[in-house]
Amino acid sequence: MFRLEARTSTPAWFNLALPIIAIGATLVICSGLIALAGAGVLEAYGVMLSASFGDSYAITETLVRAAPMIFTGLAVAVAFRAKFWNIGAEGQLLAGAVASCFVGAIPMPGALAILLMALAGAAAGAAVALVPATLRVKFKVDDVVSSLLLNSVIYYALMALIEGPWKDSFSGYPISPPIEDSANFPVLLEGTRLHLGVIAALITAPLIGFLIVRTTLGFRIRVTGESPEAARYGGINVERVLLSTALLSGALAGLAGVGEVGGVHFQVMSDISPGYGYSGIVVAMLARLNPLGVVPAAIFLAAVMTGAEAMSRATGVPAFLSDVIQGTALLAMLVALLFTAYRIRRVGAPA
Amino acid sequence: MSAVFEQIFQVGFLAAIIRIATPLAFATLGEMFSERAGVLNLGIEGIMLLSAMTGFTAASLSGNLWLGVLAAVLTGMLMGALHALFTVALGLSQHVCGIGVTLFSSGLAYFLYRLIFGQQSVPPSIKGFQTLPIPILSDIPVLGPAVFNQFALVYMAIIAIPLAAFILYRTPWGLSVRMVGENPRAADSAGVSVIATRFQAVILGGALMGLAGAFLTMAQFNAFTFGVVSGRGWVAIALVVFGRWDPWRSAGAALLFAFVDALQLRMQASGLGHIPYEAFLMLPFIFTIVAMAVMSRNAVAPSALLKPFRREER
Repeated sequence: MFRLEARTSTPAWFNLALPIIAIGATLVICSGLIALAGAGVLEAYGVMLSASFGDSYAITETLVRAAPMIFTGLAVAVAFRAKFWNIGAEGQLLAGAVASCFVGAIPMPGALAILLMALAGAAAGAAVALVPATLRVKFKVDDVVSSLLLNSVIYYALMALIEGPWKDSFSGYPISPPIEDSANFPVLLEGTRLHLGVIAALITAPLIGFLIVRTTLGFRIRVTGESPEAARYGGINVERVLLSTALLSGALAGLAGVGEVGGVHFQVMSDISPGYGYSGIVVAMLARLNPLGVVPAAIFLAAVMTGAEAMSRATGVPAFLSDVIQGTALLAMLVALLFTAYRIRRVGAPA
Repeated sequence: MSAVFEQIFQVGFLAAIIRIATPLAFATLGEMFSERAGVLNLGIEGIMLLSAMTGFTAASLSGNLWLGVLAAVLTGMLMGALHALFTVALGLSQHVCGIGVTLFSSGLAYFLYRLIFGQQSVPPSIKGFQTLPIPILSDIPVLGPAVFNQFALVYMAIIAIPLAAFILYRTPWGLSVRMVGENPRAADSAGVSVIATRFQAVILGGALMGLAGAFLTMAQFNAFTFGVVSGRGWVAIALVVFGRWDPWRSAGAALLFAFVDALQLRMQASGLGHIPYEAFLMLPFIFTIVAMAVMSRNAVAPSALLKPFRREER
């Protein structure tokens, strides 16, 4: 018999090793599906790798895909650090997209438009995240369920907009009018889609890392998450910290939507997010809630997504493999995380 | 003449409500069993989708609808067992595991469906369940044709509601489920295996979610599409809360939601829709969030919900 035994300390190399082990296990598990589809496992993974990192254009495409997941990953990481269980990054992203699309459609100078889009998107995301946090603080309502259910509310609100007032009266398609050309995020590398939002995402990650580790708010977030009792004893207003965390988390998720509107789609449609909010949970867990780890984790998922499409064209393995990889990676990481707190001991055997 | 029209309208409307409510009733009862044992199962959305796919595939390949239902139920049980393995046996956080199970199951459903059926311009369909009128009862005016001229799976859902209540409130196993959901420590002292009971409840819940998926692809749509579940799992999560974790109230909540949904469809079809139909679809979620705030004064949620149980930790 084996049993789990509590660890007193966690070796430092676990931080890097665990996500690598989890991803390795994921790729091994999913190779079974590639074989089932009748393709060579190494060939399929090879195509994925070269399609996502093979040349400079591929790398920029992967980064463009990664940007929204860096933001949602940060949103989830910050929230989970305070044990504010924000499952609502998807809805907050959509709210950010809608708000920035409203602002982006107003004619004004480009720089101002981009700034206001970011502010509006962040504010909209923060406002949505504030709902579950307020309900938890004021009414002790479970934040997992309320934040999850809000995703559906926001999604239907978006649908009502694009099938109602925003609907293209000419084509009849349920899409919003495009934002002003001047509001389109500048492309940083000629001939690619690498836009300003990608750089913003890459800069935001270390900033949030700094905030968590070096600032008072970051300290409060960590203490509140690790032990609310200790936080209260130390004079921290736990309720306020939860609300601040929600504002920060929601704003980050909202920025993910801003980037998609300003840098990729230039308008809002029903499938503007292929579940980036939920992917943010995968990213945050792979990163072990460390803001700096969010960047490589998001790039990994983005590479899987862009790579899967090329793999599908080359080998005929359905591109939905990327969805399976995402789910498997999350579950594998959760199991791997178990070993930070526990070790496996054989019991019942003679000593 | 207009009286006849009115009657058909009502019968059709009532029948539509029953049909919309059926998969929700299965899913809601499934989630309820899981949560009463202390395990939130956010995998429900993905489990329903995967079951809908395996059920459709089995029915399509074998030509036997009941074999499809069996496949869907077994899929639900298997994925329930997977969720229980992570959350009950390993004690991992239930909400994150649930999202993981949903991502994994949805991905697997899409992947396998594409692998088996390829990319076709028109999704393959099957000849789904036909309505099965119950003699005598189906002759009752209005109610008869609406309720007793339905698919076999609808009758199963109608029977499942009192059965679930009986199991939960009147059997020793139901008592164990409630105990491990309220106070696992006490249940353990009383000799109830917390781990085993939670496993059983989550697996039973998965079976019911499987039935919900089976209904969608084998009675309601007779085909598998990527949006076949489209948030019904999340609706069930809401309905369990709205129904206060009680089989009767949860089923009632499913019926209420089905009424609103059927009304919305009818208003859309009749062109009366000054109110966007999305406003109706939002209602159950908004109602539930408000209800959670109102109910929070008297805690009705299972006390041990979201809390893993490790015997050695005290």
